[in-house]
Amino acid sequence: MRVPSDRWRVAALASFASIAIAITTPALAQKKYDTGATDAEIKVGNIMPYSGPASAYAVIGKTEAAFFNKVNAEGGINGRKINFVSYDDGYSPPKAVEQARKLVESDGVLLIFQSLGTPSNSAILKYMNAKKVPQLFVATGATKFGDPKDFPWTMGWQPNYQSEGRIYAKYLIDNHPNGKIGILYQNDDYGKDVMKGLKDGLGDKTSMIIAEAPYETSDPTVDSQIVKLKASGADIFLNVATPKFAAQAIKKVAEVGWKPIQIVNNVSNSLGGVLAPAGFDNATGVLSTAYYKDATDPSWKDDPGFKAWSAFMDKYYPDGNRTDGNTVYGYLTAQTLVQVLKQCGDDLTRENVMKQAANLKLDLDMLLPGISIHTTPTSYYPLQQLQMEKFDGTRWQRFGPVISGEVGG
Amino acid sequence: MELLLQQILAGIATGTIYACIALAIVMTYQTIGHLNFAQGEMAMFSTFLAWQLIQWGLPYWTAFALTVALSFAGGVLIERIVLRPIHNAPVLSHVAVFIGLLAILNSLAGFIWDFNVKPFPTPFGTAPLIANGFIDAHQAGMIAVTILLLAFLYGFFRFTRVGLAMRASANDPVSARLVGIRVGWMAALGWGMAAAIGAVAGMMIAPIVFLEPNMMLGVLLYGFAGAVLGGLGSPAGAVIGGLIVGVVENLAGTFIPVVGGELKFTIALAIIVAVLVMKPQGLFGRPVLHRV
Amino acid sequence: MPRLNNPRVTLAIIAVALVLPLVIQNFLTFQLTLVLVYAIAIIGLNLLTGFNGQFSLGHSAFYAIGAYVAAMLMDKADFPYAMTLPVAGIACFVFGFLFGLPALRLEGVYLALATFALAVATPQILKLSPLEHWTGGVQGIVVNKPEAPFGLPLTEDQWLYYFTLLITIVMTVLAHNLVASRTGRAMMAIRDNPIAARSMGINIALYKSLTFGVSALYTGVAGALGAIVVQFVAPDSFTFFLSISLLVGLVVGGVGWIPGAFFGGAFVLFVPNLAESFSKGLSGAVYGVMIIVLIYVLPTGAAGLTRAASRWWRAKA
Repeated sequence: MRVPSDRWRVAALASFASIAIAITTPALAQKKYDTGATDAEIKVGNIMPYSGPASAYAVIGKTEAAFFNKVNAEGGINGRKINFVSYDDGYSPPKAVEQARKLVESDGVLLIFQSLGTPSNSAILKYMNAKKVPQLFVATGATKFGDPKDFPWTMGWQPNYQSEGRIYAKYLIDNHPNGKIGILYQNDDYGKDVMKGLKDGLGDKTSMIIAEAPYETSDPTVDSQIVKLKASGADIFLNVATPKFAAQAIKKVAEVGWKPIQIVNNVSNSLGGVLAPAGFDNATGVLSTAYYKDATDPSWKDDPGFKAWSAFMDKYYPDGNRTDGNTVYGYLTAQTLVQVLKQCGDDLTRENVMKQAANLKLDLDMLLPGISIHTTPTSYYPLQQLQMEKFDGTRWQRFGPVISGEVGG
Repeated sequence: MELLLQQILAGIATGTIYACIALAIVMTYQTIGHLNFAQGEMAMFSTFLAWQLIQWGLPYWTAFALTVALSFAGGVLIERIVLRPIHNAPVLSHVAVFIGLLAILNSLAGFIWDFNVKPFPTPFGTAPLIANGFIDAHQAGMIAVTILLLAFLYGFFRFTRVGLAMRASANDPVSARLVGIRVGWMAALGWGMAAAIGAVAGMMIAPIVFLEPNMMLGVLLYGFAGAVLGGLGSPAGAVIGGLIVGVVENLAGTFIPVVGGELKFTIALAIIVAVLVMKPQGLFGRPVLHRV
Repeated sequence: MPRLNNPRVTLAIIAVALVLPLVIQNFLTFQLTLVLVYAIAIIGLNLLTGFNGQFSLGHSAFYAIGAYVAAMLMDKADFPYAMTLPVAGIACFVFGFLFGLPALRLEGVYLALATFALAVATPQILKLSPLEHWTGGVQGIVVNKPEAPFGLPLTEDQWLYYFTLLITIVMTVLAHNLVASRTGRAMMAIRDNPIAARSMGINIALYKSLTFGVSALYTGVAGALGAIVVQFVAPDSFTFFLSISLLVGLVVGGVGWIPGAFFGGAFVLFVPNLAESFSKGLSGAVYGVMIIVLIYVLPTGAAGLTRAASRWWRAKA
């Protein structure tokens, strides 16, 4: 557990380190560049589903672009402007390969940042590692993108899906050891990863799971799945769904008069984006986890981190939807990359980028108190901590300690 | 046994969604003889218009009526501007144009209103009605609206001059023209009506699935399945087809072990294809006769 | 129908195709390889739709089967990549033929629905948990990229391009010959007037199913090549949207004109990129507008354009 004094120490260390870099830089004065970096700019590549079925996530790319505009307007990083080249892959793996090759071979980017989606990132994983180009902070929680031994050029960012599943397992064993769990999950890598974490976490208590109902993203509704889960006699409902389906499920559970203990995964814990459409009455009592501040939660109104984010949105992304959690997500990831590039100083080689990315200790003020970004050369999961929370009818109430859900063990 | 009943009820409720859009599909098919792949996106776009009108403070029914009128005009305009110039092009060119329309409307809606899910109001309320909420007031209202639409279409095509003229132009454009029917305008009228029906369907569906640009992609697939199963020539067949798809899919998902949950739509489609192989014109369609 | 029966034109095109990868970036070579892959798939679709009059929304399924057969053979059985192509082709032929048998009874929109069901079902079956051991489930399969053999001084991309080009040429010539043969005339007779065709003694059922099989074979080989070129297969690569893209490519190239497939392949690959460069937020809309404008200007696709061009050329000469 992290105590406040510890955070201060980290912050002090970080500022000391940056001063140290500032002082030593001119002395070294040895500028080292790989393709994509010059005295004037750093070229950062990105792949987003601007079109196609996953276009809801493209807000992340737009927020990141806006944030880099802010960085550039404020003088850039060590005097260099960020040139953010973002391409559309329509959530199609073959297109992702094409775009990654275009970025690396034709545009000559220093690194690819926040390419989105498990299928797309799986498709380019091997290529990026063969080319030794950083595939940094991929926008997916799939557990496989944190494997420094086999894929040293690829790193995730958000808490991975499996550790989230483990955290729910631990909570359920501690609080409802005799519960019967019914699960709604999206039938893809993400749904199955959360399930795997849950099952690993339950260990010999896997028999607590008495019903599983998958859905496809092409399903118009999940009504049938909810009816099935209710009939199974489950008294705990784990909702592993993306926002639209999570909201439908919460609403339907209330409508059919089912009253289980409900957990909704943190992909869908947005107050404005999920609980409001589902109806606050229906969502009262729902549990979830979180790692960043929900911008739609009025509790943060006077928080300095929220205010900074809000000022950024006003000035650089005014037409962005503030109830969309992806704007906070994009803001945080862009901040993380900026920190990495700052740490690189004048050594902007791909090797040094990975080295700095694997030596992060960073507090960002839109992360929840007590949660920070931390990597080492053997741990490629920048965020591993989550905190449980419960919806009281108007806002999320966080409870219990910040939990770390290690995976791999 | 109770689960069976519940799944059937839930299937009917969901099937009504498919039936609604299937009606719009049949409407287009009746007037132009094509499946319109952009039907779902047109309905989605209309629903966004309604949402916007309601956001601007209009009462629900005013917004509803205005949306239906706007959608009708939009449908006519699409036919006049986009399809009229290519009406002699081969079928596949039409299909490509429909795909183009789909891409345009989807992308435009996302650009204007973004991709976050939005709740959409219902005029009927959501109080549980039948069997502890397996069918609620909104779903019951939706079933009623579907039946009304069906009755309207039936009457329109059977008893009104315009309706008869439309059928005549679709069946035999040359003879229709000879008896003085303006065949080109009948197609435009058909597009307008299909767009209006789609708008009603969209506004009925949105309270259940939530409003967002991709809301109709899945619904349209099921709507097609329902319309084709029922026979594209028959509005009543389309409604029944939609309901059957909803029920069959739920039962497959619930009662087929191991693969049922993951493949429920696939299994439903396989059953439909099997039915079509036995009865190639759909359950309620008339066989097509070819003149040699 | 315009034909590229002018040997000088054909030879010039092939010469350019041979020299191109030596002078352009590897990345562009990779894109051109994909254009060829999509062109083969579109030829397959054209044989079925353009020459036999059967409508298909299900070709993403055949493409997927070809790709998975190749990937699984390379991943699980250490098959050499070149050997996966015939296996993928035969597997798809059999599958297409068998699918064509019941689908025979269906026409027009009903056939469209049956093939559409196939397109929707395929990704779901590919990620089915009981099959995960072979298909890699939702995670897919990563494939190794072949190197140039015999110590040829070519990069992997260049080699794959030449390999794909060779197969494309062979498949195009075969398609040409098929269409020009007795069988091809029978296929077209069925398209134009099934009843007259039957009365001439053509076995409609057999020819329709065979065409389905051959069409699937082409698309399956394209899928296998696609898997080798992209080095990755996953259920998300082969959604219904792939079928739609191929269909649009067919229309843009020209229905019933085999060389049109190359225009179609280029459209499938490059036009989304072009649309994106106009506007990120509206790339879908720009793409849609481009399709519609193209159909406006060229209702019969690139085929019509070539026809007009060759008429103009002859008039001038």
